[in-house]
Amino acid sequence: MVVPRGERQMSRPDGPAPRPEARVLRSETLALRTVDDLVALRYAVRGGSIEQGFSLLDQTKMVTATSELGRNALVYGGGGSAQLDLLVDLAQHASRKGLRVVVRDQGPGIADVEQALTPGFSTGTGLGLGLGGAKRLVDLFEIQTAPGRGTRVTITMWTHDHAAAPTPAR
Amino acid sequence: MEHIPILRLGEFLLVGIQVDLHDRLALRLQDELAQQVVERHARGVLIDISALDIVDSFVGRVLGNIAALTQALGAQSVVVGMQPAVAMTMVELGLSLRNVRTALTVEKGMALLRATVDPGRAGPGHGCAAR
Repeated sequence: MVVPRGERQMSRPDGPAPRPEARVLRSETLALRTVDDLVALRYAVRGGSIEQGFSLLDQTKMVTATSELGRNALVYGGGGSAQLDLLVDLAQHASRKGLRVVVRDQGPGIADVEQALTPGFSTGTGLGLGLGGAKRLVDLFEIQTAPGRGTRVTITMWTHDHAAAPTPAR
Repeated sequence: MEHIPILRLGEFLLVGIQVDLHDRLALRLQDELAQQVVERHARGVLIDISALDIVDSFVGRVLGNIAALTQALGAQSVVVGMQPAVAMTMVELGLSLRNVRTALTVEKGMALLRATVDPGRAGPGHGCAAR
């Protein structure tokens, strides 16, 4: 299914968001070989999201986005790995924390990334929501891929001011 | 082996998903429900997802499949109990569950099923059967 071009939002209009001076507090890498690994990955991301003080909605978005990317790596990439980084933002608010998930696979890669991010696009059995949907759920979405070179997708979520965390006004 | 119990209540089947619904388990539930609708002559299926902490595109597809399968087998289905954060995330992801009938609670879901399966006995409800 192809969606008219006009409806697409290809990438952030201003390019990648300015990268905060993120320091990695802790990092963990999980294998991604089976659907059970996917469950374990979702648990780990839930745990990291709670630890970083995300709202329930942001936890849910991060876990769901990870689930989409993890399944892509399993189904299309033949498995791979996922790295979780617990972040703290030193440049901006001292209280701002983040979670970054890097999903890697050594699969065939994606020839046309723009097309793969289009709503409704799918080469497989899914609904074609995986990549584009995951992108909409997180603060920062980066993808590196080329035919024959595998795929690496990085998603990042930061605590938002509406969350329970203290606001930077003080 | 993990298993999602399917309970029977009169002409309805009830399923409460209490575990993390991994892909294999979701597909197994889909198959078992279809079988049980036939074996038990069920006229309605109620699926409680209040314990699910995400609905991603795969689970959304399985819920859609279950709705289509039960419909094809002459039964009705309703999904109840979705958490607000799950619903918001699901919509932002791009899932609409267009063909899946939903209700907020088990009680409302049962009322909807009864009204759909047997509109005559449901009393003067407001358009439930029309959905």
